[in-house]
Amino acid sequence: MSDQPVVIIDDLHKSFGEREVLKGINLKVNAGEVVCIIGPSGSGKSTLLRCVNQLETTTSGTITVLGQDITDENVDIDALRTRVGMVFQQFNLFANMNVLKNCTVAQRKVLGRSEAEAREIAMKNLAHVGLEDRGDARPSELSGGQQQRVAIARALSMSPDILLFDEPTSALDPELVGDVLKVMRELAEEGMTMMVVTHEMAFARDVADRVIFMDDGVIVEEGPAAQVINAPTQERTQQFLRRVLDPTHSGE
Amino acid sequence: MSTTTPTTPRNPEGSRLTPKQKSRISQGIQYAVLVVVVAALALTANWDRISKNLFNPSVASDLLPMLPNAFVNTLKYTLAAFALALLLGILLALMRMSSVALYRWLATAYVEFFRGIPAMLVVFSVAYALPIAFGIKIPSLTLKAALALGIVSSAYIAEVLRAGIQAVPRGQIEAARSLGMSHTRTMITVVLPQAFRIVLPPMTNELILLTKDSSLVFLIGVSAEQFELTKVGRDALNNGTGGLTGLFVVGFAYLCITVPLGILARHLERRFGEGSRK
Repeated sequence: MSDQPVVIIDDLHKSFGEREVLKGINLKVNAGEVVCIIGPSGSGKSTLLRCVNQLETTTSGTITVLGQDITDENVDIDALRTRVGMVFQQFNLFANMNVLKNCTVAQRKVLGRSEAEAREIAMKNLAHVGLEDRGDARPSELSGGQQQRVAIARALSMSPDILLFDEPTSALDPELVGDVLKVMRELAEEGMTMMVVTHEMAFARDVADRVIFMDDGVIVEEGPAAQVINAPTQERTQQFLRRVLDPTHSGE
Repeated sequence: MSTTTPTTPRNPEGSRLTPKQKSRISQGIQYAVLVVVVAALALTANWDRISKNLFNPSVASDLLPMLPNAFVNTLKYTLAAFALALLLGILLALMRMSSVALYRWLATAYVEFFRGIPAMLVVFSVAYALPIAFGIKIPSLTLKAALALGIVSSAYIAEVLRAGIQAVPRGQIEAARSLGMSHTRTMITVVLPQAFRIVLPPMTNELILLTKDSSLVFLIGVSAEQFELTKVGRDALNNGTGGLTGLFVVGFAYLCITVPLGILARHLERRFGEGSRK
């Protein structure tokens, strides 16, 4: 299994009603790889990510995750999701639980771990993101950056094989972005398999093994991070990067 | 956006008042108005007639022995109706969110129908139409009251519950599902606890409305030991002495139920809401 890609997306199509947002995506992600997906808003990159744990159902094509075709309706998607963590743009911490409970509840109810074990794993992961002393806090008492780090600890507490990040820093104040990116960079260095939809070009360039540029429901360009971001070959990629990297002059 | 007048200074030449003084004066005026209104009411009221026909102490004290039983009956009819309304309401709310279109349609029709007709019609129907149409004769008055009032109230409660459940942000559900929780597990662990706090104030309203609607059981015909508060008040009204005193006495008795309910709801809201929202 180690030499087989952990995610294989084959000719994936996705429509919302009449509108087709993914128009035939082919993509493989290997174990330990960090893949960043960039592109303008509305390009379908978040939808693609959400298809990987079936928060969005697919219209046609197959997605094989950890050896299982998750587009098959008979597959136990709940069991598979325990191995595929997800971090959301809006954090989505459970508002009715404190930080520690956020990190233990699924371990207890889904994985059936004991209270003591769940707690130990949660505390280890909270320490990992630098928030081991905030276990008793309510999500609303934390800053956005802290909430997002808790969300990462919550996902890690399930001991997943893959982590999906859906624009994890887009809802943060600029000065809080760094803390979250630092945690993500450490995870990457520890060998976590990550798919990251992001607008942080510096992060993509420095951390990603591979960068995918999407526009209008298709993959326009993909390759090593340095190549796609520093020397894109496609016109659309060049245009997008000019706009993102130098917004004040992009109109010229 | 350009105007010819310069920006107004905070304290222009004409007015010698600072904003603080102005707000003091405004508050003073508000208190003064209140005092004047209360004084006017006190002076124009006919206290002699009030003490004879509206708050007649001797008539009120005659009523007192009947109140405890009526008070308990009101509570009994209300709680029985609320229990049934809650069960039916949950069922209807689930039906309204069902993936089967027919269930959604049935629940919507139920809600629109029973929300739209006077509760009195339902009370009559349960008491008299059910026996005629189906030969069903419900022996207990409490059960009849619970059925009639519960059917009506469940239509409102279903809507309150549905709105409460749907008010829980979608992201909460997605986060739970992404951690491998099943649909049911997500409901129990994440959605319902948050919906509970959201529905608490409107549910309190429902219970208070139901408390007052329990007076409708007098339509079914009750024996003396089955009297609830309003029936006692109405009978006192017909006694001839004391005028409206009976009504005011039972009105006060209703407040003894509804005001503590409101306080309890606010207390629960604070307890369950602590920190879950800014």
